[in-house]
Amino acid sequence: MVIIVVPAYNEAKNIGRVLSGLLKHGWREIIVVDDGSADDTAIIAERQGARVLRHSVNRGQGAALQTGHELALRLGAEVVVDFDGDDQFDPADIARALEKIKTSSASVLFGSRFMEVLAQIPKSKLLLLKSGRWANYLFTGILLSDAHNGFRVLKRKALEKINIRQDGMAHNTEIVRQIKKNNFKFVEMGVAVKYHRYGQGIVGGFKILCDLIFDWGE
Amino acid sequence: MFIIQSVLSLFFLYALVRVVLRFKQDGLSIVSFIFWLVFWLAGIGLVLLPETSSYLAKIFGIGRGVDLIVYVSLALLFFMQFRLMAEKEKLKKEITLLTRQLALDKAFKTDSSTPKNLE
Repeated sequence: MVIIVVPAYNEAKNIGRVLSGLLKHGWREIIVVDDGSADDTAIIAERQGARVLRHSVNRGQGAALQTGHELALRLGAEVVVDFDGDDQFDPADIARALEKIKTSSASVLFGSRFMEVLAQIPKSKLLLLKSGRWANYLFTGILLSDAHNGFRVLKRKALEKINIRQDGMAHNTEIVRQIKKNNFKFVEMGVAVKYHRYGQGIVGGFKILCDLIFDWGE
Repeated sequence: MFIIQSVLSLFFLYALVRVVLRFKQDGLSIVSFIFWLVFWLAGIGLVLLPETSSYLAKIFGIGRGVDLIVYVSLALLFFMQFRLMAEKEKLKKEITLLTRQLALDKAFKTDSSTPKNLE
């Protein structure tokens, strides 16, 4: 069973579109983790028929993903697809990604904005993303073409081992680190990304760096 | 007595009273109570008898008593800052675990096999 995990925080404007897209492409098993939204994110997601989990308080995207992963595991997911709730990704990429992970025998697939010319990246963001890529390498020892992309496919074997402790956006790096630690095979695949707003700015990047440096462990 | 001595002594005395009151309200463990009691009493002692710090400074090979106080205070402040950060991170992680557990529990309480539309 393939389960799509959608972390969402105050995404009432986008979540309906995201879920419609997923349903249109035939994905029925969808978990939306409403990360303490103040708007109608959860209500809209419920109306669309998704399984909705609600964090009572906002804990960050990493925390929401881990909650979604835990439910997916309990529901018996064989494969989980992490898919952002801000309508940046194209649901059509999921089928391609599942095919690629199947044929490559990898346990994890990372979406990338840089492998093919699929993503329209604002020039102002390019430098930050490229720096993030090298910072990610420094912390993980793995040089991915795109370090912080929310599109991700994880097989159950990997999902059972990965425990996201970074509540914020540093989870992207933490997941890569855990994949290296557990020697999981991974592949990258170009995915389309639409930019509605600028996600991580310089301040966000600095926060990620601090979260990784001051990682206090268990 | 200099004005600064009076002001600092009064402040340390206030801190001391707070420690005693907190201890009486069961807000402090006995070990913490003794630590803070000694800490603030030492502060009062050093303020009222500044030559004590000079004497201690000489033992540690530092020129002036006030330098010794600054060094020790800075070391203590950094250590406490480290402890506070570690504690804050631990609390954040615990809040996350609690939030997650609540969300998952509610999910499985509503329908043990297929949790849907849960808060």
